[in-house]
Amino acid sequence: MRQVILQPGPQRPAATDGRRARRWPPEASIFLVLVGLALAFELLGWLLVHQSFLLNGPRLVIMILQVSVIGIIAVGVTQVIITGGIDLSSGSVVALTAMVAASLAQSADAVHPVYPSLTELPAILPVVAGLAVGAAAGLVNGTLIARTSIPPFIETLGVMVSARGLAKWYTRGQPVSLLTDAYAAIGSGAMPVVIFLATAGIFHVALRYTRYGKFTYAIGSNPQAARVSGINVPRHLLMVYTIAGVLSGLAGIVTSARAESGQAGMGMMYELDAIAAAVIGGASLSGGVGRITGTVIGTLILGVVSSGFTFLRIDAYYQEIVKGGIIVAAVIADQYRRRARDPRTLS
Amino acid sequence: MDAEATGAPGDSLLEARHISKSFPGVAALDDVSLRVARGTVHALIGENGAGKSTLMKIIAGIVPADAGELRLAGRYLRLESPRQALECGIAMIHQELNLMPALSVAENIWIGREPVNACGLINHGELHRRTRALLERLQIDLDPQAQVGTLALARRQLVEIAKAFSHQSQLLIMDEPTSALSERDTAHLFDLIRELKSQGKAVLYITHRMDELWEIADQVTVLRDGRCIGTERPGKLTRAQLIRMMVGRELERIFPHERAAPGKVLLAARGLTLEPHFRDVSFELRAGEILGVAGLIGAGRSKLAEALFGVTPADGGQLCIDGAEIIVDSPCIALGRGMAYLTEDRKETGCFLTLAVLDNLEMAVLSRNFVRFGFVRGTEVAQACADMSRKVRLKAPDLREPIANLSGGNQQKVLIGRWLLTGPKLLILDEPTRGIDVGAKAEIHHLIAQLAGRGAGVFMISSELPEILGMSDRIMVMREGCVTGMLERAEADQEKIMTLAAQ
Repeated sequence: MRQVILQPGPQRPAATDGRRARRWPPEASIFLVLVGLALAFELLGWLLVHQSFLLNGPRLVIMILQVSVIGIIAVGVTQVIITGGIDLSSGSVVALTAMVAASLAQSADAVHPVYPSLTELPAILPVVAGLAVGAAAGLVNGTLIARTSIPPFIETLGVMVSARGLAKWYTRGQPVSLLTDAYAAIGSGAMPVVIFLATAGIFHVALRYTRYGKFTYAIGSNPQAARVSGINVPRHLLMVYTIAGVLSGLAGIVTSARAESGQAGMGMMYELDAIAAAVIGGASLSGGVGRITGTVIGTLILGVVSSGFTFLRIDAYYQEIVKGGIIVAAVIADQYRRRARDPRTLS
Repeated sequence: MDAEATGAPGDSLLEARHISKSFPGVAALDDVSLRVARGTVHALIGENGAGKSTLMKIIAGIVPADAGELRLAGRYLRLESPRQALECGIAMIHQELNLMPALSVAENIWIGREPVNACGLINHGELHRRTRALLERLQIDLDPQAQVGTLALARRQLVEIAKAFSHQSQLLIMDEPTSALSERDTAHLFDLIRELKSQGKAVLYITHRMDELWEIADQVTVLRDGRCIGTERPGKLTRAQLIRMMVGRELERIFPHERAAPGKVLLAARGLTLEPHFRDVSFELRAGEILGVAGLIGAGRSKLAEALFGVTPADGGQLCIDGAEIIVDSPCIALGRGMAYLTEDRKETGCFLTLAVLDNLEMAVLSRNFVRFGFVRGTEVAQACADMSRKVRLKAPDLREPIANLSGGNQQKVLIGRWLLTGPKLLILDEPTRGIDVGAKAEIHHLIAQLAGRGAGVFMISSELPEILGMSDRIMVMREGCVTGMLERAEADQEKIMTLAAQ
């Protein structure tokens, strides 16, 4: 009869390995891409148009300003992607919120206000209304995805189409203009950048240091294990999609305030740019992986590319072609990273 | 008996020589040789994990062997894919059915070999004519145009069988083909098998139903722990002899779990039922007691564990915890009642593979502790996790490493640690040491015994009889969804359990 005797295993020194301690954060590589792109435009700038790309404060502000709205949406979409889902409805929700918020922010000068008795309201009212509309859209997404087994892609595709239709129906296609100065202030100057970075900061903390964040990663990493570990998966998904909706609503408010009008065509294709920013920043469409810092860098890369091409006076066509290439390259890189990490995909 | 009437086996059709195969950390097959003669049915039996399925998969070209060679009709055979095996005349009927539910019966049978017309499009008329002819010859009553997804499991099995026959194979491998079949369908299948034999073809047959051996098999090979224990004519063996061959290893000395005075009843199940998985299951689990649950794969043990933890709630019966009847219809409720559930499948329902060891450890306890105003108390939880990783003797250089980098045994320790952090008083363990090396196994046994010693109730499913016998205070045996016996530790032995588990 063999005897199995328990002995303590060989003790390994704990975490004193220098190489492990000085590990690079996962965003390091994508940050290098950002720097590389910026330097490439700097070099081309001197060669082609005899100007500096980077040493131009106003251009940098405009560059970030242009992508701030995308960035706000991307912060929400990143969380959805971490759960293993996707949100295609954000661009349309931007339009719907912009319409509703603008309709409650019209000044007394408006020629045919949407609500003649509701002009010159304090700016807080349209803001709250806009966020509520975003939350409602997110709640619809979250409820349907968590309670039925519709794939998020299809569900949010439906909401994308319907929300765009609602935005048009709201004023029968008429733009809503002449907004109050207090409301317009939300989108003026560098405010959108401030709002973007504040949003990113809040959700960076939420994802890394709160139970909400831990559960978000757990659900995306392995939904069945998350359920067995006692996480209320449907309730959590509802929360994540609602937050994404609120952030789309916020983006709609900023967009309408900056344009000082609400138009049903606003936010067209924004959802795809936001998804691109998250994916370039390292979020994995299979779930469980992604960070807000990466998404912010991804957003900036989109900004650098569009601003750089304009700066070099290259046609917008090329800009789109290159942007598409960058997105695909980011996903290919993601596949390689996952294959290196997960031995299952090797067999 | 019919099987013995065929007499001396003919020429050898398939020979497997010195086949070895190991998976990371486990030797699945160790120098196994097998000879299947034409016109015979060769049965392969053994406990779960003895290596039967691995051997079949090697012969069917699904996985490559590490060492050894295959010969078909005397010719050296080098298989790189199941398709190649099919072309050589080896077809396999899988235990997990490999059919496409959205396609019709005919499309499934002829997939990849559909008759085409002059334009290269599928000729559906010809396809259905062929299918009808095949089904008629096999006397299988199925509509060629029926969608496979709409068929019951047993009917799907018939589609698989028809598919395998359609290949005109020399060797047919069947992995527990009768597990889902009714008695009538089984008898029908045996008729088909006998017809194959009379045509000089051979069948390699895996089964857990021992009665079938005497009915259909000409030869039986017993595998145990990846080794070939022997090949014999079933007529020369008794049932008891076969069981001894299957389980006969020396019982390893597993941690003697000191039996404390049985405490109060923690968990009482009365008539729990979840069709078609299990029915009318009743038992009691006391504080400080380890209840071993034995049975073959498919006996409904894992589904019962899922029902106890609310993953797939039972649809009948009562569950009492601490004497109060409760309805556990989600894992959140079970967790709140101090239960813990280590699932059978580490990868599918256990690990968060993209996350760090630390995240994997803390995920369950965060629902109950270490959180203030939504914020995780990082340093405290990290300290608790570090303590736990020492307690379970986790070998990980850094808790911030991804769990995917750990070995199976260490991943299992992380999952056990995840539940121990919640301070459970009732543990449900499903195959707690599957696929784990001996050292880690002993450590996990030690932990389980320790927990029971401190008054926790443990419900432990295991397919390894030595583990069941070495650890349990009482043993519940299940077969085909029913409890077939409840044995005290003193009266239990391997043969008694096997007899109750496989009839």
